[in-house]
Amino acid sequence: MFVINCPYCGERDQQEFKAGGEAHIERPKQPTELSDDEWAEYLFMRKNIKGIQYERWNHAHGCRKWFNIVRDTSNDEIKAIYKMGEKPPSI
Amino acid sequence: MKNIAVVEKGWIGGGNTGRNTTIIRSNYLWDASAGLYDHALKIWEGLSQELNYNVMFSQRGVMNLAHNLQDVRDLKRRTHANRLNGIDAVYLSTEEVKKFCPIINTSQDIRYPVLGGTLQRRAGTARHDAVAWGYARGADEMGVDIIQNCEVKGIKRNGDTVEGLETTKGFIKTKKIGVVAAGHSSVIANMAGIRLPLESKPLQALVSEPVKPIIDTVVMSNAVHAYVSQSDKGELVIGAGTDDYVSYTQKGSHQIVEGTLNAILELYPIFSRMRMLRQWGGIVDICPDASPILSKTSIKGLYFNCGWGTGGFKATPGSGDLFAHTIANDEPHKLNAAFNLNRFVSGDLVDEHGAAAVAH
Repeated sequence: MFVINCPYCGERDQQEFKAGGEAHIERPKQPTELSDDEWAEYLFMRKNIKGIQYERWNHAHGCRKWFNIVRDTSNDEIKAIYKMGEKPPSI
Repeated sequence: MKNIAVVEKGWIGGGNTGRNTTIIRSNYLWDASAGLYDHALKIWEGLSQELNYNVMFSQRGVMNLAHNLQDVRDLKRRTHANRLNGIDAVYLSTEEVKKFCPIINTSQDIRYPVLGGTLQRRAGTARHDAVAWGYARGADEMGVDIIQNCEVKGIKRNGDTVEGLETTKGFIKTKKIGVVAAGHSSVIANMAGIRLPLESKPLQALVSEPVKPIIDTVVMSNAVHAYVSQSDKGELVIGAGTDDYVSYTQKGSHQIVEGTLNAILELYPIFSRMRMLRQWGGIVDICPDASPILSKTSIKGLYFNCGWGTGGFKATPGSGDLFAHTIANDEPHKLNAAFNLNRFVSGDLVDEHGAAAVAH
């Protein structure tokens, strides 16, 4: 368990949030032209990084807004938090 | 194949083998899963003799409880599916549940009353450390090199073919690499430049102080997320759930444990004054369809046995047997053919979320 600094509400327990998985997976622009392999990449394949990972979180039991977190998955340390649509910081 | 080495970063049995709740069962829904898990269960039944090492396999039965009408429908469906696949399964009424495990609170005024359950009598538990030691001794006697405290740092490729392993103790030249790295499967996959459909999450378990025999079976309850059995030392062995975020920390969140203990106390009021001795976490590699991957990859000579998520221990003998077959023949056995990586491309998934017991 750790504390997350929601960009809208401030510091809250991680328990209030829902993890939304890997960030910056872009929905295919022309879905009808995708091969099965490309669909599998988009839908299922994940980096699942041990180390610095960019991910989406939702303040499910708070403001219910989505935002992004950069977190070290080897020790759960949060490196950066930024809003949806903002440019990801380089860590 | 005779020239085989096991390369282990830590020590044999020090990973999830020593961290699971030791439950063994094969009551999965789909035909492919039934074939895979019951193959393992049949090997478990003779494993102590085969290894000449007592793995303390105890067929004390596993019950799965139903707490709402959908549970009842799902569990009845699964019981029928199991029996059609030759797997022993019976559906129990609330009274029969109480008779089989008298300490369960079957009163109908609790928040999630017990409406019934399933029982697989051939299911049970085994001593997880003994399984690792028995297999290690057997493999060693057959000439397998077990190299401990040796971390894999890279996979050397020549185009689409593997050439060997970079390790902290030097380079190992080989044409075939079988990866069985549980929560760290994606880390190894990244070394070879491929991606897997996995997310690694912490799964927690805990044991109580040892007490006299009080529960002689395994009871799992998916809806309220509590499962419990008693070890031969007398400790209650309790399994909690996974956190929903990716983490390699081998520790989970407090509220996950709290939720499990709430459910345990509602179902077993007799445990209200039990003290918990130890709590720990393991990293589980979760597949989108809650079924494992035992498969070749796009790289020649590279094989993965992963994605077992929250329930790999039960399949240990079958998974090893079928993975060995896959590596030796460069083709899957018919029992693990459905568990290939390509199913995420073809869409032929094996959805076992209902039978996986740990909701994720």
